[in-house]
Order: sequence, then C-alpha cells, then structure tokens
Amino acid sequence: MKYITGFAAFWYDFIVGDSVVLAIGGAAVLVLGALLVHWDMRGVAEVALPAIIVGTLGLSLRS
Amino acid sequence: MSSAAVLVLTASFLASAVEAVEALTIVLAVGITNGWKTALLGVAAGSLVLLALVVGIGPGLVQFIPLSSLRILIGVLLLIFGLQWMRKAIRRAAGLQSLHDEEAIFARNVAALGTDPNKNDIEWSGFVVAFKGVFLEGLEVAFIVLTFGADGRESFLPALYGALLAFLVVTVVGIAVHRPLAKVPENGMKFVVGIMLVAFGTFWGGEGIGVEWTLGDYMIPVLIAVYAAAAVVALAIVKQTSASRAALAGKAGA
Repeated sequence: MKYITGFAAFWYDFIVGDSVVLAIGGAAVLVLGALLVHWDMRGVAEVALPAIIVGTLGLSLRS
Repeated sequence: MSSAAVLVLTASFLASAVEAVEALTIVLAVGITNGWKTALLGVAAGSLVLLALVVGIGPGLVQFIPLSSLRILIGVLLLIFGLQWMRKAIRRAAGLQSLHDEEAIFARNVAALGTDPNKNDIEWSGFVVAFKGVFLEGLEVAFIVLTFGADGRESFLPALYGALLAFLVVTVVGIAVHRPLAKVPENGMKFVVGIMLVAFGTFWGGEGIGVEWTLGDYMIPVLIAVYAAAAVVALAIVKQTSASRAALAGKAGA
C-alpha cells in the first residue's frame, strides 16, 4: 500500500505540481478547442487556444 | 535542418541543461561525502534504469497509439509541464518564490549525508541519493525527449541531440570546476523552455484535435512570440501586485 501511495504521489507531483489550475486548464483548453473544431469554428480555435492558455497562466498566478 | 527542428533542439538542450545541473549538484555532494565509487555507481544505475524505461516505452508509444491521439496526449503534457515551468519562473523572477540555489542544495545534501571516513567502500545511502538524483532529474528530460520524438516527425533526433549535448556540456564543466554550477541562469532558462514547451504543446495539441494552422509550421515561432509577450506582461503585473501588497502591509503595520 505504501508503495502504491508513493507511486501515485510521485505522478501527482510530476504532472500536477503545485498548481491544479494548470493541470486542469492544460487539459480543458484542448477539450474546448476540440468542441470549436467540432462546431466547424477552426479559425476561432486557432486564436482561442493561445488566448485561453494565456488566461489559464494568469489565473494560476493569482492563486 | 528545419526551423522547427532547431527550435526542438534548443528547447531540449535548455531543459536538459537545467535538469543536468540539478543532478550534478546531488552527484557532487555524494561524491565528496561518500566517495566517487558510490556516486558513480548511483549515476550508472540511475542512467541504466532510465535508459531501459525510455527504450521500453518510447517505441511502443508510436506503435500502439494512433498519431492524432498521441498528439493530443503530447499537447496536454507539454502544456501542463510548460505552464508549470513558466509559472514557477515568473513567481521566482517576481520574488514570490525563492530562486533555485545550487550552493544551498549542495550544502544541505553534504550535511545530510555526512562524511564517510572510508570512502573506498560503497555507502548505500549515498548510492540511493545519487541514483534518485540522476533518475528523477533524467525522467523529466526523458519525458521531454519522448514527447517531442513521439510526434512522428523529424523531431526525435534533434530532441535527443539537444539532451545529449546538454549532459555532455554540464558533465565536462562539472568535472572541470568540481563544484555546483551555481552561476547557470536556471530561472531564465526555465522561463525560455517553459514558453517553448507551451508553444509546441499548443501546436501539436491543436493539430491533434483537428486545428489546421493557417501558417503551418511557422505558427510555432508566432506562438513563442505570443507566449513570451504574455509572460513579460504577467511578470510585470505580478511584480506590481506584490509591491502594492507589500506597501499596504507596511502601512497597516506602521
């Protein structure tokens, strides 16, 4: 059990680090981008992706 | 070599150099306190396990996962990893988080390990510290090289060459100066690498979900410029906010 917890803690620290906002934001931005592509708004996605990423960084710096 | 390959090589070199400097600090501390036999054995074991992991996982990634899914996975990982580096670098530059101090880490490791009177024997606690240092720092490098390489383009070799070159440079300089490389501008390098990882993450992740970048590969330098500008603005805002908070706290205390 100790090893499983340690293994999970290692990967949590490796991926999430000290900001959950970035971990969730990093994944959410591509989900949002995929929805835009699905709705045939590829041009919007091209601009929205970097914009949302910058917003996510800004949000993480506030916490 | 294409402009994208040059950017991959540069990002890989800088990221690997940052991690190599951190690993070198730990290995030097073990070598000086517990002897070089222990330190080098730890380095060899850590490198071998890392190599086995990379060789075992690397080709499998490309073989068994469809390229579009792989690009989304790579994109997400690069975005998260790069944004973490950018956030840390901005907070450090603004003075909200202490800078990575190799001299202090070195002194802490030396004090924790203690001096072994018989440096010819292998000290297992020192071995574990050297092993973990090389393995964990190397894992971050392996992650970056694998994600670049797994894109299925001509990115793997530039990423690998960048990492190897960084380890070579840091090792040679480390052997020459025989002390932690405290003067390496670690935060500046993390800042640049973070920006590049986020740019590649956006580009590949975007391609994975079906975005067709109007500028093609030339979108990568554009994204780098956009994120660099955003990071500079963010740093200025964070600095100003923390200065205002400090002034307010000073007034309240007076």
